[in-house]
Amino acid sequence: MSEAAIPSAAMSQVAPNAALSRTGAHPVSTATTPAVSVHNLRKSFGPLEVLKGVSLEAREGDVISILGASGSGKSTMLRCINMLEVPDSGEVKIGGEAIRLKQTRRGMEPADQSQVDRIRSRVAMVFQSFNLWSHMTILENVIEAPVHVQKRPKAECVAEAEALLEKVGIVDKRNQYPSHLSGGQQQRAAIARALAMRPQVMLFDEPTSALDPELVGEVLRVMRSLAEEGRTMLVVTHEMGFARDVSNRVMFLHKGVVEEEGAPAEVFGAPKSERFKQFISSHR
Amino acid sequence: MQQLSYFELVGFGPNGWGWALLTATAMTLAVALCGFLVGSVVGTLVAWAKLSRNIAARWLADGYTTVLRGIPDLLVIYLFYFGGSAALSAIGSLFGAEGFIGVPAFVTGALAIGIVSGAYQAEVFRGAYQVVSRGEIEAARSVGMHRWLMFRRIIAPQVLRYAIPGLGNTWQLVLKESALISVTGLVELLRQSHIAAGSTRRPFDFYLTAGVLYLAITWVSTYLFQRAETHSMRGMRRAS
Amino acid sequence: MDLAFMWSTFLQLLSGVPLTLNLSFTSVAFGAVFAMILALMRMSGVRVPDVIARGYVFVFRGTPLLVQIFLIYYGLGQFRPTLQEWGLWGFFREPYWCAVLALTLNTAAYASEIIRGGLQAVPHQQVEAARACGMSGFLLFRRIVFPIAVRQALPAYGSEIILMVKATSLASIITMMEVTGLAAKLISQTFRAIEIFVVAGAIYLILNFVITRIIMAIEWWLSPHLRRPPSVEPKLEAAHV
Repeated sequence: MSEAAIPSAAMSQVAPNAALSRTGAHPVSTATTPAVSVHNLRKSFGPLEVLKGVSLEAREGDVISILGASGSGKSTMLRCINMLEVPDSGEVKIGGEAIRLKQTRRGMEPADQSQVDRIRSRVAMVFQSFNLWSHMTILENVIEAPVHVQKRPKAECVAEAEALLEKVGIVDKRNQYPSHLSGGQQQRAAIARALAMRPQVMLFDEPTSALDPELVGEVLRVMRSLAEEGRTMLVVTHEMGFARDVSNRVMFLHKGVVEEEGAPAEVFGAPKSERFKQFISSHR
Repeated sequence: MQQLSYFELVGFGPNGWGWALLTATAMTLAVALCGFLVGSVVGTLVAWAKLSRNIAARWLADGYTTVLRGIPDLLVIYLFYFGGSAALSAIGSLFGAEGFIGVPAFVTGALAIGIVSGAYQAEVFRGAYQVVSRGEIEAARSVGMHRWLMFRRIIAPQVLRYAIPGLGNTWQLVLKESALISVTGLVELLRQSHIAAGSTRRPFDFYLTAGVLYLAITWVSTYLFQRAETHSMRGMRRAS
Repeated sequence: MDLAFMWSTFLQLLSGVPLTLNLSFTSVAFGAVFAMILALMRMSGVRVPDVIARGYVFVFRGTPLLVQIFLIYYGLGQFRPTLQEWGLWGFFREPYWCAVLALTLNTAAYASEIIRGGLQAVPHQQVEAARACGMSGFLLFRRIVFPIAVRQALPAYGSEIILMVKATSLASIITMMEVTGLAAKLISQTFRAIEIFVVAGAIYLILNFVITRIIMAIEWWLSPHLRRPPSVEPKLEAAHV
């Protein structure tokens, strides 16, 4: 079992125990503590129950595509992982550490905000609408969290940021503002911002859904290279190609329940549920 | 002198200033209403000038709104009161009258308020006009309505409808400006409170009462304007 | 139009400008701090501060500024013995401090609504992105929410500052000799209301113009993200062979 290739010194953030899988697409972890472990999540918005007991386990190096129709709960599940939504019941563990919750008058809330902040700085999220900070340049966006949340020295963060922007292909835009970039460029900047936090887990919430079709490819290319480095990625997406070719596991959610789960070859080759068959054919 | 309680002071008994205050409140409303109406007339004319194709008209109108919104209302009040009196005295001396002829404070007050309010109302009308759908005006033209008819039946009603919120704001401004006219001696609410305060040596009680009365007028005004807005918007779909 | 008279009037009224500016900026500054507190009370989600702040704004926006000034300057005289006991009478009998206090309390009410509007206009998604990076509390406010809110609120706040400059004219009624006070005195001495009005008005218009330009400059400085993008920086062109 050979180690995954490490492209450059600044990119030494690959999972330590990664090893190449037989298909050569990405490394598979041999560590025993799952990077993300979600157990029996339930979440309601008012009278509507969106998650009805979903569970998920991601080992280091896993790239999991989460598919489903709108309203199936897939974004909600993803947002429960970094507590942008707080589940009504169930447990979320990141790297073995369970996020502590408490019951209040207004529902469930995190018991310790500083634990949530700490965990969030290890779990990076890429949003559908990029959500770059409009009053900061691209470079400032990328170094913001490393400098102010992780308290790393600024010079180091700037150097790393420039390398990351180079990696995603927009280093020449670093002193420009988000409003001056195309959608695809903004999303790549958002990915660089996520990478700058040196995350252990990356969450992608429909990263290409808001992009014009011509721009989708550039973002998927970047995501694919991240997967090949052995990063742990959870991706909510409609891009079947990515789910089939890049991820090593696929989950299909329908109305808050996991209906299908498994390796892409099995799931796409021999779908068990009717709904998933319909879903695949309508998203070809 | 025995200490009167607050309620005896503002009440309607023998030592009470209640009636005086209520009369003064009516005076406040009267001068504010007159001022507001003057402002509406002026505002309509100025808005029309701003929207016209004539450059000179636009310039004059812009100058008017810039100047009148940029200087303190108190200065305008002084101008009309002292200036008006000086002008009248000058005219009077031409006819042989001697001494100072004062213009009634009510008139100068309402005019001053009106001139200032006109600048704000012009902006309200202009904005409201620009919201009126071009398509409806085109439709009116295409059925052969001439300009005055179009204005009367199509444009004015719609402009009024969209202008109500802005007019509500300018009405509040006019109400508060009416208090400034007290410096010219008009016995509206603030002046009356001032007189009562001086006479009874209880300034806090009377100014507080004045404040409460102004708040009451504000509250009722807000309610009435909201009713007017709802009524005028009936049948129109709102962007939710 | 006697130009010599107007010129001498101009010079006399000019001596009132420092006091006008002093009153304006002092009350705007104190008012801004108080307005921030009020805005946070309104947005706290807790019932009691919210109601108090709402009541405060209603009262101070619903009553004339002159009534507020009279209440403080004349009205508090009713409690002179008590204030003297507490050592506060020295403050409250000075027209300057009464004017500043009234102007501050008044602008705080309007400014708090402006600030609240600015805070609410911060795009929710950018706040979410910051939370997702592990920011919360004061860090989140300082780095993300406040800078964006300031940029949203600045135009409206600029208008409020101009209104405050005009409002200082009311201080003349309680003996302060700022521009309007001096103008009123001159009018009563010379009865040449129109010429004095023109000069005084011109001074206020000049002040407005200058302040508006300064605020526009600040807006421009704070919003490179809203302007057109610069053309490609030349040095990078060369590197990109």
